[in-house]
Amino acid sequence: MANEMNVPTMAALFAEGKQPEILFWVGCAGSFDDRAKKITKAFVKILNRAGVSFAVLGTEESCTGDPAKRAGNEFLFQMQAMTNIEVMNGYEVKKVVTACPHCFNTIKNEYPGLGGNYEVLHHTQFLKQLVEEGKITLEGGTYKGKRITYHDPCYLGRANDVYEAPRELIQKLDAELLEMKNCRKRGLCCGAGGAQMFKEPEKGDKDVNVERTEQAMETQPEIIAAACPFCNTMMTDGVKNKEKETSIAVLDIAELVANAQDL
Amino acid sequence: MDYLPNIIFTIALFVGIGFFARNVKKLIRNIRLGRDVEVGDNKPQRWKNMAKIALGQTKMVVRPIAGLMHIIVYVGFIIINIEVLEIILDGILGTHRLFAPLGSAYNFLIGSFEILALLVIVAVVIFWIRRNVIKLARFIKPEMKGWPEKDGNMILYIELVLMLLFLTMNAADFSLQQMGAEHYAAAGAFPVSQFIVPLFDGLSIPTIIGIERTAWWLHILGILAFLNYLYYSKHLHILLAFPNTYYGKLKPQGEFDNLEAVTNEVKLMMDPSADPYAAPSDGATEPEKFGASDVMDLNWVQLLNAYTCTECGRCTSECPANQTGKKLSPRKIMMDTRDRLEEVGKNMDANKGEFVPDGKQLLDDYISREELWACTTCNACVQACPVSIDPLSIIMEMRRFLVMEQSAAPLELNNMMGNLENNGAPWPFNQMDRLNWAQEP
Repeated sequence: MANEMNVPTMAALFAEGKQPEILFWVGCAGSFDDRAKKITKAFVKILNRAGVSFAVLGTEESCTGDPAKRAGNEFLFQMQAMTNIEVMNGYEVKKVVTACPHCFNTIKNEYPGLGGNYEVLHHTQFLKQLVEEGKITLEGGTYKGKRITYHDPCYLGRANDVYEAPRELIQKLDAELLEMKNCRKRGLCCGAGGAQMFKEPEKGDKDVNVERTEQAMETQPEIIAAACPFCNTMMTDGVKNKEKETSIAVLDIAELVANAQDL
Repeated sequence: MDYLPNIIFTIALFVGIGFFARNVKKLIRNIRLGRDVEVGDNKPQRWKNMAKIALGQTKMVVRPIAGLMHIIVYVGFIIINIEVLEIILDGILGTHRLFAPLGSAYNFLIGSFEILALLVIVAVVIFWIRRNVIKLARFIKPEMKGWPEKDGNMILYIELVLMLLFLTMNAADFSLQQMGAEHYAAAGAFPVSQFIVPLFDGLSIPTIIGIERTAWWLHILGILAFLNYLYYSKHLHILLAFPNTYYGKLKPQGEFDNLEAVTNEVKLMMDPSADPYAAPSDGATEPEKFGASDVMDLNWVQLLNAYTCTECGRCTSECPANQTGKKLSPRKIMMDTRDRLEEVGKNMDANKGEFVPDGKQLLDDYISREELWACTTCNACVQACPVSIDPLSIIMEMRRFLVMEQSAAPLELNNMMGNLENNGAPWPFNQMDRLNWAQEP
């Protein structure tokens, strides 16, 4: 049954004296947000299918502190960071994979200075590795010829120079990859970063996610591909604002890959 | 009395350069008001960045039209300086076209300068049209009203006049050479200024000598004046772009620094054996102020950033907040920082080098909270800057001040942070429910 998921926790494996290869860092959105949970499950199904040795922290995971740090609350950020680092170091975590570019950026760049040193991959990078190692195959034709435009998350693209992994995956799906006028280094933010996700925007004449959705719609896509749960929310809202939700789907790269495998 | 021009010239040169040096000293003093910051690492990469970004103009050409025009003006500026060297030596020594014995190489040089001068004129005219006729959006934003707009045009006018004087000087020289005037031996090639020569038809040799001397003097005095104008304008980037790209951020753009003072306190809080009532150890310093409310709270690289900004507005035109009509403009953040720093500097000048509190600060008096909270920290401004300025780092320091010193975050963010503190997530969900998704269909 495709819906069966095997989600081991670090604590359970530790009790059995086992050490998984990777820690899948789910993140707050991936754990609690209804839309993002679908991305989490899609990714887990791929991990299960590929036979990847992984575990999650489950109830021992806590926010990386990213939104606190970007809001200016360095205290709260470092409290969160040190607590998480203590947990991860306790399990001797070596490699972390996450589907959230904000968690990715924080753990990869800001945890080392506080004693947390791990190899950190974004799930698009990890999926690309799985494809290259032949652990998953992307033929199938679910997305053959589909018009897909990819929205660069700021914290994956500009912040960490990851532009190609998600694009290569889309191309491997035999889909038609469409570039927006602002892409890669010049990608426009979805409007959620810097803790904006959690507050109303300042007064202006437009919402950022609507502006970005308009840019995406200029490519006349059937699918807007995202690689960040917050971008996903913002773009989904943007598409709804444009009343295009019946003709344009907003999907995470992990969902595209999982769907292509009938997972 | 023959030496009078030499003496006047030498005095002008000393006064011009001396006054500029005085302002440079002020500039350095002001930049040093910033906090110390560790930038001594990875020197090879820093030199590489300077060579690529400042010297090589790699980030200018991201926008091809402005990039190409800028390279013309920039190359023109650097290469025509060889000619300025000759002019200065001529002025001091009382010679005329000192480098003329170089022969055909000299002709080639003068010919190249002329072609460059023409290209610079073309570029400057196009720049002027972009600002004043086409009115590109980034040049007419609110922060550009008044002095910044005048400053931008003034620089273009000065460059135009300097180039025209240079060509007039050459044209007069060339026609004197053709007329066989004394002291005007045939030297140089004049591919551009030869077309000005017909304007002098029918004028006497003394009149043309008058034109040549006038153009020569105005040209070099103009250059000295322009040098001194730099400090009062946005145009300092022609010098500061070099150190600024050298000291630019090397870490991934997404990496924000971890405040060390906070780390120490958090470690204490998390250490069960720490004695909260323990007397501070010897040499313990006053608790640092968190974040920035004024320019002295920023680090010196951020202050250097502010002086380097030439107000091109590429940051602002890429900013998602600004594009959607919010008040935030990264360029304004840099301009405000510079203007406040200048104000602090003037305050010190007026008070024997000591800053006397003036009841003002960067926060609120220059940069509003509304601007600070509109930022999505997306790094588009940092990416867009052709000279490695980081407006985002200033916004972050000021948010830190608002949150950690004043508890003045917007209400919704306080709710988010409250949730984070209590449940380990930005939403009010229980941490114990974090794995529930695994049980859901």
